[in-house]
Amino acid sequence: MKRSGIKELKTIANILRQDIITTLNTAGSGHTGGSLGMTDIFAALYFNILNHIPHQPDNPNRDRLILSNGHICPILYASLARAGYFPLVKLKTLRKINSQLQGHPHAGSLPGVETSSGPLGQGISQAVGMALAAKMDKKHHHIFCITSDGEHNEGQVWEAAMLANKYKLGNLINIIDRNNIQIDGYTKDIMPLAPLKDKYITFGWKVFVINGHNMKQIVATLNKAKAFTKKPVVVIAETILGKGVSFMENKYPWHGIAPNEIETKKALAELRNGK
Amino acid sequence: MLNKNKKLQSTRDGFGEAILELGKKNKDIVVVSADLAESTRVHHFAKKYKNRFIEVGVAEQNAMGVAAGLALSGKIPYVTSFGVFSPGRNWDQLRVSVCYTNANVKIIGSHTGLSVGPDGASHQALEDIAITRVLPNITVLAPSDFIETKKATIAASKIKGPVYIRFARHKGPDINTNKTPFTVGKANILLKGSAVTIVGCGPVLAEALKAAEILAKENIKVEIINSHTIKPLDKKTILKSIKKTKKLITLEDHQVVGGLGSAVVEMLAENFPVPTIMLGVRDTFGESGKTDELWEKYGLSDGHIMSAVKKIIKK
Repeated sequence: MKRSGIKELKTIANILRQDIITTLNTAGSGHTGGSLGMTDIFAALYFNILNHIPHQPDNPNRDRLILSNGHICPILYASLARAGYFPLVKLKTLRKINSQLQGHPHAGSLPGVETSSGPLGQGISQAVGMALAAKMDKKHHHIFCITSDGEHNEGQVWEAAMLANKYKLGNLINIIDRNNIQIDGYTKDIMPLAPLKDKYITFGWKVFVINGHNMKQIVATLNKAKAFTKKPVVVIAETILGKGVSFMENKYPWHGIAPNEIETKKALAELRNGK
Repeated sequence: MLNKNKKLQSTRDGFGEAILELGKKNKDIVVVSADLAESTRVHHFAKKYKNRFIEVGVAEQNAMGVAAGLALSGKIPYVTSFGVFSPGRNWDQLRVSVCYTNANVKIIGSHTGLSVGPDGASHQALEDIAITRVLPNITVLAPSDFIETKKATIAASKIKGPVYIRFARHKGPDINTNKTPFTVGKANILLKGSAVTIVGCGPVLAEALKAAEILAKENIKVEIINSHTIKPLDKKTILKSIKKTKKLITLEDHQVVGGLGSAVVEMLAENFPVPTIMLGVRDTFGESGKTDELWEKYGLSDGHIMSAVKKIIKK
């Protein structure tokens, strides 16, 4: 798939944000905040960074992308649709009965979805397993795993981090959605994580910290991450929950709700006016 | 078809021999260990196939997830630990990463049942059949001796999808011979009789065979079925036997609730309900002791089986 340049990626990100708003409004429920927050990263991944062929979702040499914080699947689904894995019109079916677009990712339901996730901490372990398999087979694809900062409350995440260090999984890249928010409030109040960078350094990982909305920095860093093969890499992406919609930004209730008709209208107007 | 030599071997050694053979035949076989390699008999595999042995340490949740990731990449992982820890501690991971994903993971629960012995209740899995058979997409196996565990381990590698195999720590008598067939989903009739049908699984079946020998001298001929596959249950074989004897005793080294007995009773309730006595641990935790002492104290030994038979044939 052709790699889009920075300007094009910004345009794609804007379109994806609109897709998220309309998809969630139609669904009536879902996780708006984190989906919007990670949109720039997903645009970069699916339209520049990942080695993938949308009409060959099972190509054995593809880069894998595991969404461990599965609740932000609206951005995954929108990215897959826009990249050509399935028809765009299916986005309307999110969370509806008989849909391929399940409320949390389900392996086998939709092309491009690598595994099932939802319960936090599980995806990163699976990503480690995939990285181990690739190493065993001397294959050169990368395994990208998206995790959330709140997810790091789960011990399983640290179990996986220790194992990745033990086996020096240089083909593994963990991108953390560092928006400082979780369901019941701000991470500093619910379960403080800082210093997150230091934790990963002492766990033996290579750490990059970026502005999760600076497309130039995202692309440059993810390319650096791919090239760094001595240790597993973590990219701590500092993001704003609800990014792109002024009344959602940094408001933790927007973690897990969908916009109503009025909110949808307002959000789309902002996004279309090139905010 | 019963093994007469009464050689004492452990089910876990049967697994150990099988995994080594599998490793030799199929390069996609990998093992994920959670710091119990020697106890679960994968230490020889670890030495011989270093590149295919993943040691995650005491981290069973990660072990299950890693296994799922390996399976999704085309490997056939056997993830090993004690039943209390796997599927005990990592049941959510088994549910979502493995079963909901239909990942080709083989979950090995060693040291199940009271037969674990001196380690005591915290280490005696009495709930593992219940919590695994309740999950969609999974096959649940409980082999009865060394030979059967070896066959079950190998059979599991040929199934596409999650498989749980539970076995034990202790050395018990061979029940089967090398010629005893093993087909997943097809129960074996160990002994033919007409007084009552005993459906059991696991090494505790040796107690049923002991009881049967004594009862035969009193002219009470029991039929014993080895239901090594709890899921999918062999409805045909069990139903045929029950229609003949019209009496059921179930036997397992597991809580009396939720395991093999429950699976059988559920099936018969819908098809052919009969007078039933379920033998298993009766809603209590185990304790430290020797295998045979514990089976005696908790109602699973040959004496208890004989009493149950005599009670039920009076009904």
